[in-house]
Amino acid sequence: MIVMKDVYKKYPNGVVAANGINIEINRGEFVYVVGPSGAGKSTFIKMMYREEAPTSGDIIINGINLATLRNKRVPYLRRQIGVVFQDFKLLPNLNVYENVAFALEVIEETPQDIRKKVNDVLALVGLTQKVRMFPNELSGGEQQRVSIARSIVNVPKVVIADEPTGNLDPDTSWDIMKIFEEINARGTTIVMATHNKEIVNTIRHRVIVVEGGLITRDEYGGEYAYES
Amino acid sequence: MKARTFRRHLRESFKSLGRNSWMTFASVSAVTVTLLLVGVFIAIMMNLNGLAGNLEKDVEIKVIADPAAGQEAVAALEKKVKATEGVLEVEYSSRDAELDKMIKSFGDELNLYRQSNPLGDALYVKAKDPHKTAAIAKKIDTYDYTYEVVYGQGKIEKLFKVLNTGRNVGLVLILALLFTAMFLISNTIRITIVARKTEIGIMKLVGATNNFVRIPFLLEGIWLGILGSLIPMAVISIGYYKLYQEMAPKLQEELFQLLPTTPFIFQLNGLILFMGVFIGIWGSFMSVRKFLKV
Repeated sequence: MIVMKDVYKKYPNGVVAANGINIEINRGEFVYVVGPSGAGKSTFIKMMYREEAPTSGDIIINGINLATLRNKRVPYLRRQIGVVFQDFKLLPNLNVYENVAFALEVIEETPQDIRKKVNDVLALVGLTQKVRMFPNELSGGEQQRVSIARSIVNVPKVVIADEPTGNLDPDTSWDIMKIFEEINARGTTIVMATHNKEIVNTIRHRVIVVEGGLITRDEYGGEYAYES
Repeated sequence: MKARTFRRHLRESFKSLGRNSWMTFASVSAVTVTLLLVGVFIAIMMNLNGLAGNLEKDVEIKVIADPAAGQEAVAALEKKVKATEGVLEVEYSSRDAELDKMIKSFGDELNLYRQSNPLGDALYVKAKDPHKTAAIAKKIDTYDYTYEVVYGQGKIEKLFKVLNTGRNVGLVLILALLFTAMFLISNTIRITIVARKTEIGIMKLVGATNNFVRIPFLLEGIWLGILGSLIPMAVISIGYYKLYQEMAPKLQEELFQLLPTTPFIFQLNGLILFMGVFIGIWGSFMSVRKFLKV
């Protein structure tokens, strides 16, 4: 499903954010990516949806090699991956419904399909009552639900989440995690970078620790822990 | 692209005009002001060009035949002049007709000369290309039975020089104005796009292709251009129409004539609209390009 082979990433300013990463993530897995700030966690995540390209090495997702992927093809890769951000990244001028529908308009789905899929996914995240509201009228948790709905509306095989609970209070964080669990239960692979120790230690899944641009630990059902 | 997607782009571009109403207002104002300036300038330029054309058309060579030459010799000369390369038309004027003209301008005292007319027959020659007048005149001067060739030596060259300089200066000014307009508009559109930088980034992150992001902005640029050219078109059309109604009768006897309202107003409006749309597309294209690399 997701394979990284000898991935090396050096930024123009000389920072090495990935120093030979090797990893394999299987279909349907739920993986936490943990590690201190500035350890290369974000780069690890960003390389998966090709916001950053590796300097060398191969990243293969759904059989597509991101290292050799031409820029023109990047939009088509992103349609197979759902991405959820810490800061939600919703379009402020669009309401809840339009924000979610946008991901389907991009791939030119029919209006009938869009209506059905958006309503289904908004029911899944529990926002049926707020479809006409704009992002600034929603709480942080609600905005993150919209963002999750948008990321899964075209049924991607992988959802990548970059600290999805980073801006949320603990109760809301648990609600969001429940949604991710449900998505994972439907067979979607989830890769989640997080700083939330409680969540990692409670909802046990595979834990990958990234430190100094390397994977220093990779444990199924592991705990949140790293040398820092 | 599917028709449905294009309809979506159309809808988005209109919505965006409304949502960013202040920036829309700013862009349209910038387009309006500059197109108004450019439009007025072009109207003046085109009229000056018309004047230049009229002046050029009036340039002619007067060939005076040798007064001693007989009818046949003058006819032969006329034939030869007509056959000269670059000559458009030749008009014959007899020596008596020439005298009549002189009497008309200088007074009846010249009636004396009716007894024995000292003038020669005259040929009025027009060149196909007025700028070649001097060369043609020189050539005709070498023909037999030519007594004198007059074409405003020196003055014509000067006139052409002034007209050419005027045209070039006008052209440069129009180009400079247009360039300023483009710069202004692309900057204004860039501000609207900068304000929506995150929006574009998000679009790209959910898998929008560059064209999907770009087309609504280009359409928006077209609307801004069209909206911005409406007032200049109306003001210039009405203004020129009124001016023409007022001035045309007064200028009837003058060398300088205003260009007739039709087709001039339509041409000018077409040009303004085209410039507006072009500026709009160019401005948004240049501005959105930068933000597509996400």
